[in-house]
Amino acid sequence: MMTISLLGLLACYSGGIFLPPCLPGRPRAQNFIANGLAIVASLFGLVLGLTGLLASEPLAISIPSTLPFLTFAVRIDPLAAFFVLTISLAGLAVSIYAFGYLTKFYGQTSLGLLGSLYNGFLLSMTLVVIADNGFFFLIVWEVMSLVSYFLVVTEHEKSEVRYAGLFYLIMTHVGTAFIILTFLIFFQQAGSFSFETFRHPESPLPEGLRTLAFLFALIGFGTKAGIVPLHVWLPYAHPAAPSHVSALMSGVMIKTAIYALIRVYFDFLGGQFPWWWGFTILAVGAVSALLGVMYALMEHDLKSLLAFHSVENIGIILLGIGAGMIFQTYGLQEFAALGLLAGLYHTINHAMFKALLFLGAGSLLYATHTRNMEEYGGLLKRMPWTGFFFLVGAVSISALPPTNGFVSEWLVFQSLFLSFHLPVVLLNLILPIAAAMLALTGVLALACFAKAFGLSFLALPRSTHARHAEEVPITMRVGMGGLAVACVFLGLAPMVVLPLLDRITGPLAGVSIEGRVLALDGWAVAPTNVEFSSLSTPALALMLVSLAGLGLLLAWALGGRLRKRYYKTWGCGINLTLRMEYTATGFVQPIKRIFSTLYQPTIKLETEFLEESHYFAKRRRFEFYIEPLFQKYLYDPVVLFFSATADHLRIVQAGSLHLYLAYIFVTLVVLLLVAV
Amino acid sequence: MVQALIIVLAQTIVLLAVSPFIVGLIRKVKARLQCRRGASVLQPYADLAKLFRKEPVVSTTTSWIFVATPYILFASTLAAGLLVPVFVSQVPLSFAGNIIALVYLLALGTFFLILAGLDAGSAFGGMGSSREAIVASLTEPAMIMSIFAIALTAGSTNLSTIVHKTALMEGIVTDPSPHLMALAALFIVTLAETSRVPVDNPATHLELTMIHEAMVLEYSGRYLALVEWAAGIKLLVFLTLIANVFAPWGIATSITPVAISLGLAVYVVKVAGLAVLIGVVESMFAKLRLFRVPELLGVAFVLALLALVFFYILRG
Repeated sequence: MMTISLLGLLACYSGGIFLPPCLPGRPRAQNFIANGLAIVASLFGLVLGLTGLLASEPLAISIPSTLPFLTFAVRIDPLAAFFVLTISLAGLAVSIYAFGYLTKFYGQTSLGLLGSLYNGFLLSMTLVVIADNGFFFLIVWEVMSLVSYFLVVTEHEKSEVRYAGLFYLIMTHVGTAFIILTFLIFFQQAGSFSFETFRHPESPLPEGLRTLAFLFALIGFGTKAGIVPLHVWLPYAHPAAPSHVSALMSGVMIKTAIYALIRVYFDFLGGQFPWWWGFTILAVGAVSALLGVMYALMEHDLKSLLAFHSVENIGIILLGIGAGMIFQTYGLQEFAALGLLAGLYHTINHAMFKALLFLGAGSLLYATHTRNMEEYGGLLKRMPWTGFFFLVGAVSISALPPTNGFVSEWLVFQSLFLSFHLPVVLLNLILPIAAAMLALTGVLALACFAKAFGLSFLALPRSTHARHAEEVPITMRVGMGGLAVACVFLGLAPMVVLPLLDRITGPLAGVSIEGRVLALDGWAVAPTNVEFSSLSTPALALMLVSLAGLGLLLAWALGGRLRKRYYKTWGCGINLTLRMEYTATGFVQPIKRIFSTLYQPTIKLETEFLEESHYFAKRRRFEFYIEPLFQKYLYDPVVLFFSATADHLRIVQAGSLHLYLAYIFVTLVVLLLVAV
Repeated sequence: MVQALIIVLAQTIVLLAVSPFIVGLIRKVKARLQCRRGASVLQPYADLAKLFRKEPVVSTTTSWIFVATPYILFASTLAAGLLVPVFVSQVPLSFAGNIIALVYLLALGTFFLILAGLDAGSAFGGMGSSREAIVASLTEPAMIMSIFAIALTAGSTNLSTIVHKTALMEGIVTDPSPHLMALAALFIVTLAETSRVPVDNPATHLELTMIHEAMVLEYSGRYLALVEWAAGIKLLVFLTLIANVFAPWGIATSITPVAISLGLAVYVVKVAGLAVLIGVVESMFAKLRLFRVPELLGVAFVLALLALVFFYILRG
């Protein structure tokens, strides 16, 4: 079963890569074949992921190659299967959506190329999580990075897209360099690139090398995941790509880094950590979560806003994993499993709602041709389905009950709360502070999505584009609807999800907690026991529905017939115009002011007065921007250093062929001398 | 099962019935402190009844969000109330969610209220929404910290367990200082979350000062009634939390008619006492400027953090 679905997946994606370019000049057929095959492949992926999670033995296939150290080895254990499932689930919905979304690109971009890159992207992500050989992993990782780069620069005629692409390309390669270093550390001890030898080297890694491997993996994979301060490429690259690709990049691609981190720390390094490893992950997670959401609040480009929220959610995932690592250090394996479980749960949840929100943003872009939130408004009436699905995504990402984001954030909270079992007072205090930061993050995310939804979909249209927007085609709605259903399902059915996740965390943390995380026949999630904490989203949903019914009943019983009258909004005596509406900039102004140390806002206000009197302004010009701190103080100096060094090195590059021949000659002589 | 259902129903009725009384009582206390006679404490009941009978006017600018929000707010606030022990220490629905779930249920209502404030397209609503968002965000960390401090002393995040254990004097530490600091923090949080002076002024309709009132400005008729009722219930939920978590004595720890009647009577006395306290605090302090509110909430956060530190120091 697993082998068949793996072969089917490979065949369909390969077809999706090679067939579309064979039909030049027929965009409709290319669109149909590329996305159709991607859908079938995703279905195979779903089967593969589910059977892989349920299988008792991992599936391992290995094909030798002629290159030394390289074998095309794949291994599908529960951890890999879970990520295959996540990728395929998001891939399925996004591919359905892409049918409609790509009609916009007919005649503009080569759909053959786009379709084949898209399938290549999905295939490379799948291969990354099932690769079982370091060399093979690095190859597919690099393919994933390059293919996603080409997808980012789809609209390469725009200069900001090219800049975003270049930024991404450089950052991802810095990351890859560190990943190579990590693998080389394992390789020199194991003598082979096979993951099996990484796991069980003949002689264990010395302490110093283990620490280096930990740090390099964090930097290398952290760059892809978008942890602060390595996140800077993310808000450029993710919005620049076509929206369905952004959905996959933000929802799924960055999760491959989470996969790799878990693989390296819990699998290769055997889950034996000093306490400060977990603490580092926890701190990185807390800072990423908070700064991600803080910067997201200031964004008015809907897709950049969502990209910053990916930084936030990666942070939340790392909070869970970091807490798990700390518990692992002190031998509290059940809690370690719980932290890991919370992180993984949030991983699939984030994949669902972030893909949904990006597809929603794509629909808005499709309908209004702009990403600027200040030009939306009133779209819920024009695009009711998109609006509703976006609302579901917004509620989920804001972690409001009874959706999926709430369940996983709740689990993260519980694992942080269990810190009082730790024997170190410092950690007893730090974990609750992380919980407080998570609480702040959660509410700021709520504020941010109230802004994003409220200003995009409610009140009056703020531009002619918004006034003439129309609902998107059916395929796009189906894609979004599927993800919205997934968000609700994952929220209401933790009793289905948690036992599956336990199959992953069981081997990693060394203990299965299936029996201790669910209570009342699975109707309540209760880490450790019902006395300590419990949560039942089905019960909460039932309570909410019946109490809303009670509200309606009361209104009817106390007020009689439920009539209402429609009238325009009171505008203090004059007609309400769009200029009187609250803007996105205005909405976040108090937050900007309170956290001005972080944002360092620069406000320029130029006023031209009437000649007759200084009390009457003729014209005002307002400009405001916030300082990108990390770019200014961390990246700019590095860039400056490299360009200055390059300037100095230019002396040797005279451009004369004779000079270069002379260099070669001199080098040869020197080498010969050394050799002799 | 039947018994559980009856308790849930009774608790719903108590929450619905007592909340307007609390609102009226606070108004009465404030009036007396201002040397006015003030309206009867039963006035809010009459207000609600009147509002339910009035025909609501809905702005043509709005979408279905505006009409759905009062029901969502009402349901989420009441659901939060059902997770808190009111007159029985172990509520049947406690399995549905612990104290974190309570916080996030209230956030669900806030989220939709912020959306509704933006929906009518008037600047008042937008301003109220924006301010509500900032106050809510700053309150949350202090709230989570104080909750955590309480959870630690009881060894549980489950409200029923916390209240039940404290009522039976199980596992109480000898030194109550962490408890007292967490109490102070939670009291400040209560003032902020329920739109009270010094954070917000529930009695104003002046654009410079209002937060919650600005957000719900466009509501009328039964929608306003539901929003006001929900606001009252939210206030009551917070007072219940303070009363029963910090001083659960008198609450029914077993299901007998005597215990329950005693629990009910003691409960009403306790929340009425707290309501008087809030009325006094509201009369004694001036409303803070919006940009001074973070400092107040910062104090709450530090208090809660200190409660945590003290707990670990005392534990040794």
